[in-house]
Amino acid sequence: MERLEVKKLNHHFGFTEILKNINFTLDKGEVLSIVGPSGGGKTTLLHLCAGLLDVQEGSVTNTFKSSAFAFQEARLLPWKNVIDNISMGLLAKGEKNSEALKKSQEIALRFGLEEDDFEKFPKDLSGGMKQRVSFARALVLKPSLLFLDEPFSALDIGLKKELQSVLIDMISKKEISILFITHDLMEAIRLSDEMLLLKADPGHIVKKFRFDLIQNQREDRYVFSKSVEILQDKEIVSTFELELK
Amino acid sequence: MKFALKILKDFPSYLWSGWGAVASILLFVALWDVGNQIYGDLVLPSPLETFKTLGLMLHDDAVIAEIETTLYRASMGFGFSLILGTALGLLAGFFATASMMSRPIVTILVGMPPIAWIVLAMIWFGMGDETVIFTVIVASFPIIFVGALQGTRTLDGELKEMAESFNFPWHMRFFDVYFPHIFSYVFPAWVSGLGMAWKIVIMAELLATSNGIGASLAVARSQLDTPTALSIVVIMIASLMFIEYIILEPIKREVELWRD
Repeated sequence: MERLEVKKLNHHFGFTEILKNINFTLDKGEVLSIVGPSGGGKTTLLHLCAGLLDVQEGSVTNTFKSSAFAFQEARLLPWKNVIDNISMGLLAKGEKNSEALKKSQEIALRFGLEEDDFEKFPKDLSGGMKQRVSFARALVLKPSLLFLDEPFSALDIGLKKELQSVLIDMISKKEISILFITHDLMEAIRLSDEMLLLKADPGHIVKKFRFDLIQNQREDRYVFSKSVEILQDKEIVSTFELELK
Repeated sequence: MKFALKILKDFPSYLWSGWGAVASILLFVALWDVGNQIYGDLVLPSPLETFKTLGLMLHDDAVIAEIETTLYRASMGFGFSLILGTALGLLAGFFATASMMSRPIVTILVGMPPIAWIVLAMIWFGMGDETVIFTVIVASFPIIFVGALQGTRTLDGELKEMAESFNFPWHMRFFDVYFPHIFSYVFPAWVSGLGMAWKIVIMAELLATSNGIGASLAVARSQLDTPTALSIVVIMIASLMFIEYIILEPIKREVELWRD
């Protein structure tokens, strides 16, 4: 069984305690979101899970066959055109050049890029287009686990919805497992099976929420009513410091 | 290979875009001729006379031998700077301490006037090839070193992290992530290093040797042979322009297509 298991994870930068006693499990086909205020250690936690930072205390066990990462900013190579950027991950896996290009072109079209855009360099793309390319680069690998670092935060609502619906489609077919961090509660409610609330100084998990309705049946009404319900939760109020002073 | 073909393919349209430059050079030649009509042949020979002398000189085997000597010295010095400056610059860039320590040394090297180096080199090496080559190295090395240093110091940490998250193998990390960025710094540094080398080689020859075009320039001065002096200047400028605009600029354009 593929799963990601985090046990008794602590992390320090110098003398500052960033994360304290984090425990959770992500099973295959599940979507787990971590919400919390900015600067609360979310990114550190995600980087530890993805192996971009070394674990100091506790353990992170990742038995997923493959994983990919989509960052908050697109992080495209400025000297590579759209298609070459998308195919980088495939080439790194040792795929043949012609295969990689073919797959990259297919997924680029699926993500709303046009053939005219294929040869463009990132400097000629809008922010939204760059993010599409970044998503395509991660998803073309068909990862069984996807790490997302607030990938929608810089997008307009139309594009946000478009990219989310691609993910929801994959989630509903149980094609992918996702671990993602966000400070947007509605985003978490729309996409995740389980939502962990990470409170800052040091980052620790204060509450877990579960959403059992399957993702492709979650209408706006469901998301809004859940948001209203959750926004009244005491832990949410204190974590995001929502109380009026 | 694909890259070289693309440069060749774009070359005609690049050349065609050069008419403006040709026009401005011709305007400059016209002004030169005006200068000749005002000041007379001894002070400023006419362009026509200069180019005639140049034509004669280029058919003279002795002059060609002088040019070859100078070319040899310049390319030895520049080649050495290129290899040493790039290698040491990259190395220093990868270590914070090394780059911190090398900064003041570079400032000293850049700040010291080349003429002072020539004097020192004449004392150390005497009159000959070594003095010229040494001065060229000392003058163009720091430019290339700083270019390579800046290139490695400014590598983007976010892209490194991206490369790590996709498990890029080492050769992809180097060729696809680090190299294009570093090259975009190192290549312009090579170009300015080359310009510097070409200027310094003439100066060093003029003062420290008895052959090469720098020495020919000194002879022309002592004989008040202004047409020959100007012809030598034309040779120097024309060769630099050829290297810069016909060889290096098309490469630079292709390499930096991705830049804003």
